[in-house]
Amino acid sequence: MSPSSLAPTPAATAAFLDNREQMDLLRFVTCGSVDDGKSTLVGRLLLDAGAVYDDQIGALLRDSEKHGTIGIGVDPALIFDGLEDERQQGITIDVAYRYFQTARRKFIIADCPGHQQYTRNMATAASTADLAIILVDARKGLLPQTLRHTFIVSLLGVRRVILAVNKMDHVNYDQAIFREICDAYSRFTAELKIPHVDYLPLSGLLGENVVRRSSKMPWRQGPSLLELLETCAVPGQETTGDFRFAVQRVNRPHAEFRGFSGTVAAGTIQVGETIVALPGRKYSTVQSIVSFDGALEKARAGMAVTLTLADEIDVSRGDMFARPVELPRVDRRAEAMLIWMSEQPLLPGRAYWLKHTARHTIAEIGAVRYRVDVNDLSRKQAATLQLNEIGRCQVLTRDPLVYDDYATNCDRHSKNVAPGRRSGAQLL
Amino acid sequence: MHHSNSSRARVLPASSPSALAPLSHLRRLEAESIHILREVSEAFENPVMLFSVGKDSCVMLHLARKAFFPGSIPFPLLHIDSTWEFRELIEFRESYVKGELGLNVIAYVSDEGVRDGVNPFDYSSQVYTDVMRTRPLKEALTKYRFDVAIGGGRRDEEKSRAKERIFSFRDQQHRWDPKNQRPELWDLYNTWVHRGQSMRAFPLSNWTELDVWQYIHLEKIPLAPLYFAAPRPVVERDGDMIMVDDERMRLREGEEAQTRVVRFRTLGCYPVTGAVTSEATTVLDIVGELLTTRFSERQGRAVDRDESAAMERKKRDGYF
Ligand SMILES: Nc1nc2c(ncn2[C@@H]2O[C@H](COP(=O)(O)OP(=O)(O)O)[C@@H](O)[C@H]2O)c(=O)[nH]1
Repeated sequence: MSPSSLAPTPAATAAFLDNREQMDLLRFVTCGSVDDGKSTLVGRLLLDAGAVYDDQIGALLRDSEKHGTIGIGVDPALIFDGLEDERQQGITIDVAYRYFQTARRKFIIADCPGHQQYTRNMATAASTADLAIILVDARKGLLPQTLRHTFIVSLLGVRRVILAVNKMDHVNYDQAIFREICDAYSRFTAELKIPHVDYLPLSGLLGENVVRRSSKMPWRQGPSLLELLETCAVPGQETTGDFRFAVQRVNRPHAEFRGFSGTVAAGTIQVGETIVALPGRKYSTVQSIVSFDGALEKARAGMAVTLTLADEIDVSRGDMFARPVELPRVDRRAEAMLIWMSEQPLLPGRAYWLKHTARHTIAEIGAVRYRVDVNDLSRKQAATLQLNEIGRCQVLTRDPLVYDDYATNCDRHSKNVAPGRRSGAQLL
Repeated sequence: MHHSNSSRARVLPASSPSALAPLSHLRRLEAESIHILREVSEAFENPVMLFSVGKDSCVMLHLARKAFFPGSIPFPLLHIDSTWEFRELIEFRESYVKGELGLNVIAYVSDEGVRDGVNPFDYSSQVYTDVMRTRPLKEALTKYRFDVAIGGGRRDEEKSRAKERIFSFRDQQHRWDPKNQRPELWDLYNTWVHRGQSMRAFPLSNWTELDVWQYIHLEKIPLAPLYFAAPRPVVERDGDMIMVDDERMRLREGEEAQTRVVRFRTLGCYPVTGAVTSEATTVLDIVGELLTTRFSERQGRAVDRDESAAMERKKRDGYF
């Protein structure tokens, strides 16, 4: 191996890095039922985009033969099934994160399990995703898990979904089958108010419409999966929301300095602006925005900074800064959709710990308003929630929560910080 | 409006959103890591940062300096020194990290291993790693009562790590149970542990090797010189080039040290860490190489090649 003879010139490398430095990031989650072909599809995406290292391809080839999953060549699914148990059982149990980039964008994939018993892993994967790929087997159409995943993805605030109708090779690339699935799916998602849904017929195994556009489906003109991923707008990067900043840490290295460290959850802030610290309702002015790289004039959503204030007001970890004209709610009561992830059923009236931004408080579920049947989104009467059930609940907290309603166009969610940087609360 | 009088000040017009460009992927990763480090410092009584002195550790250290600025890093660094480290690595730890940055580095050595003369020549890689790395790590965590250890592991490194949470708890024996991972939603981290359990936090989880190098380039982060090509004495052994770093290196029949221009892609114990032929003397050169070689990183670490599930098993046993 003599890489240096092939290596690009320093100037070419510098140009590559300059371009890469400007790139943005798209995080997406892939979900679907077991055997719909998630692992195969994502493996194919990585292989065809050239994102798998050569020595790993060697190991994959050996593993493919060992598992006997495929006749010749690389079985793309084996890139993903990481844990020993998963390899033995041939299924995905936990979220696997995968990283790749093209000339246009960087990507983080969270590949999540299909089994209902691993719903909490699926929710983990979806919570940080900008976009979700929901996979359907063309022969089977929509399954209960497809709807369940779509519902969870929408609850966690993912605003862009691609419905990938996979294994089109198994149905002779039949347009009518594709249409039927899309129609059913759009009826279902209409109620969820997911702002963007794209529909895509493909074959993960054969790579049709994955990286290159397929010639097998002349009835469908349009971008491949990778093209869609490369060009769609990254949701959640806008700075238009009201300014929200949860104090994560009081930075007090010596008597002369007192700063409040945290990440701007939404909007922007500028030196000289008035803020109010909640829930205490103490007012002050931003005196400086401190960072290791020098003082800043402004900060925007997504930046981790330290603010100093003009006045000595009482602020501690968990407090929220906002502009006085853009106040969030401050309340001990909230209405929320809960996804129940514990083996012990929810007990109304019992005390739970609730974590919201940097704050812990004791919470109690006052009442379960209804449970949602994920098959048709209908509301069912319920006194409690069992593992993996989803329901609308009244939450009462000992200390006030500072929160905004989820997305302005979607009143199913509450207790979330702001549209910019999605967040929520978790019962521990 | 209920402005308190004392805080009434000039109110500037809200800044125009377009004045601040969207964050690039690196700045998004940086902010996520800083958020995680701050969370660790607040949610635990007695954190420690595991510092291997390698490039990922150095990036993590740099992020910690940013996270707590203008304050200093509110926890010590822990280096599990196997006693078979590269000399240049120890020198970098002493002169730069302890000296120039003035940081508190605990260098912890396995007394048992030194007493029994455990070395990578006479012992299998499994026993050697266990005695000189895994056990002293557990010992040190117990001895100093650290309740969380911050590690530089990245999910792109290897398959089992790809499935690990950012905050990942360990049982009493410091073992990881991949089937018992907690939900981890948004940027809300469940930092609570039961008695006897401990926590690992991985602020670099979402960084790739290229991200790390690009960040080193962008931020001009100093590294141990071993990453850069230089003439070094090496022997060829089982397909690897092993550096003869000191007189303890045991040469086999017919082996003879030759001076070659090489560098290291990862830094483990010198007798089991393979060098690569390279002329890369700058970070730019290294990135250039990365773009062309396409060999994934752990290739150079002989310990890891045993089998594909090796790392997962080691982690279940308590290896970091
Ligand atoms: N014909 C065909 N088979 C596929 C396709 N994608 C996946 N498969 C097969 O479907 C099975 C399940 O795929 P896998 O990726 O493991 O599914 P997962 O459980 O969703 O990750 C495997 O036997 C795959 O080879 C496809 O596009 N066409």
